[in-house]
Amino acid sequence: MTDTPKTPLSTAPISRFMRATEIDARLLGMVGALALIWACFHFYGVFVNDFGAFLTPRNLWNLSVQTSSIGIMATGMVLVIITRHIDLSVGSVLGFCAIVMGVTQVNILPNFLGLGHPMIWAIAVVVGMLAGAMIGAFHGYLIAYGQIPAFIVTLGGLLVWRGAAFLVARGETISPVDSTFKLLGGGPYGAVGNTGSWIVGILGCAAILALIFYGRRRRTRFDFNSRPIWADGFLALVGCGTMISAVLLVNGYPWPKGIVKRYAAANNIEIPAEGLFISHGFAIPVLILVTVAILMTILMSRSRFGRYVYAIGGNPEAAELSGINTRMMTVKIFGLMGLLTGLSAVVASARLGSATNALGTLDELYVIAAAVIGGTSLSGGVGTIYGAILGAFVMQSLQTGMVLIGFDAAIQQVVVGSVLVLAVFLDILYRRNSK
Amino acid sequence: MTQENTKSPLVELKNISISFGGVRAVDDVSLTLEEGQVVGLLGHNGAGKSTLIKILSGAYQRDNGEIWIDGKQVEINSPRDARDHNIETIYQTLALADNLDAPSNLFLGRELTTAFGFVDDARMESETRKIMARLNPNFKKLKDPVSALSGGQRQSVAIARAVYFNAKILIMDEPTAALGVHETKMVADLIQELKKQGLAIILISHDTREMMELCDVVSVMKNGQMVGTERVEDVTEDEILSMIILGKKTATKKAS
Repeated sequence: MTDTPKTPLSTAPISRFMRATEIDARLLGMVGALALIWACFHFYGVFVNDFGAFLTPRNLWNLSVQTSSIGIMATGMVLVIITRHIDLSVGSVLGFCAIVMGVTQVNILPNFLGLGHPMIWAIAVVVGMLAGAMIGAFHGYLIAYGQIPAFIVTLGGLLVWRGAAFLVARGETISPVDSTFKLLGGGPYGAVGNTGSWIVGILGCAAILALIFYGRRRRTRFDFNSRPIWADGFLALVGCGTMISAVLLVNGYPWPKGIVKRYAAANNIEIPAEGLFISHGFAIPVLILVTVAILMTILMSRSRFGRYVYAIGGNPEAAELSGINTRMMTVKIFGLMGLLTGLSAVVASARLGSATNALGTLDELYVIAAAVIGGTSLSGGVGTIYGAILGAFVMQSLQTGMVLIGFDAAIQQVVVGSVLVLAVFLDILYRRNSK
Repeated sequence: MTQENTKSPLVELKNISISFGGVRAVDDVSLTLEEGQVVGLLGHNGAGKSTLIKILSGAYQRDNGEIWIDGKQVEINSPRDARDHNIETIYQTLALADNLDAPSNLFLGRELTTAFGFVDDARMESETRKIMARLNPNFKKLKDPVSALSGGQRQSVAIARAVYFNAKILIMDEPTAALGVHETKMVADLIQELKKQGLAIILISHDTREMMELCDVVSVMKNGQMVGTERVEDVTEDEILSMIILGKKTATKKAS
């Protein structure tokens, strides 16, 4: 390292690598923590139960589906927490939206359109998301213009919307949901299959390459020091490698035999003696989560709206003095949170195949935990979308993992709660040292 | 400057009052500002100086009184309104979002956007680099959050924000409070330069000597009321100090 004499020898290659690739050290830490959790569960299974069930296509596929609902809401919670608010009502609002959608598609629309009409699922989704957005915006209005603390408004909302969900359907479980709607929750039919997954994967790789190329051209135009070409190459390699691994993983999880048999019978396909391998591919709820994550990342990093969210979190007074309508922003942020909660309600109730007024109970805690584990600071101003989604994966991995290795519910609660506190403590330590 | 009646003043605050919970923070205060003029606002802490300028900058809404700009009565109900009238403010607190970098702060609320409506970070960084080269050539930390900057660097971000957008009226609330000797000199030079360009400046400071050097006119406030307004060539520093402390004009000199 004679070419960089100013930096100490031991840290030079690593810090130079981090600087050149502009990889966030926290991101790396979180990915590392997630990998560690996965490995621990897997090898605990291998040594204690003689079977490592965690790192299998089947489990990881299920994990991705289970994370979707919490993950979608966590991306919205990031905005709420960045602006120094909190939303305790998301679980109840999810339940309420699910019931509203259930009533819409089961009790109302079939009377007008006929059972199984192809528009039913779309109308139900729109109604559910609109209901969520309106509830969220109403919360935001009370917080911004009524000056009631968000904690109180949404604590009230937690009770109100759970009760309202019960009242709408008189406590009944509404099922079955529309058959197209059900696909949004995943399952063998609610996934895009082998070819579809490859298309998604290749599009993803193309997007990664385009982004890196576009970023490079932009920086050159304004004469900024560009990343070294090897760093861009490394990022492209890691990005595309991850995409392709994900495709191989989801394609490695075949449909269960019973469903293959039914599918073959319905389509007059002869099942060969060695069995028919039909891949799941990416589940639709996971694709919804990925789409939401991309859109929310663009919103937060490339739009004025996102810039204002961070500004309000960093210094609300300065944001106000800069001409930002901070009250209207609060209404919009909570409205967006509600919209995403409505979308989560779609995924959750579609996955369950029915709408119950208990759907989403305690989700608010998992969503807040996901955002906070993902590095969103409760003192405001700091947080990322990808962090929240990784946080959601950590939460879900812990739960799934403990079920797989046979820990009971009580231990699960103890572990999940402890991990939340530990994660935030580590984050605080990291921030203190990086100052 | 004997053009009183030929051209209306750039800014006229007429009989401005504002109360906070029964306390009259500003009580029936008037202030006039001409093009290319620097008006110094003096007084003890709590005299109402910052409150008065915050009414002009849109941060507070007055209870009574009128604001006239360029001979027209205007309503300033928000910081956005003030910016629309080309009024820029450097607040005492600097009003920076500590978690954002310098370009984001400089363009906060007025981001440059690409053709697709996305924020154009590269162009904002390049513009920030240009204006910083003029204001504070040592400024290099364009990518760091402003919380990582020194007091003087933060101040120059706040000044750059006010100067960049072609202000006609500039309000500076203690712009040199956090600065060292060298940086204070730079701000003084900047004020002279902006004045030459025809900007009208309201300057708040506790440093009476500095005010005598930089300002054309000084106004003294005490307990929310205007004690008096004097041309700097008509008064001595001691007379100004006694206005600040005693809250009344010295009997010998009268100007209006």
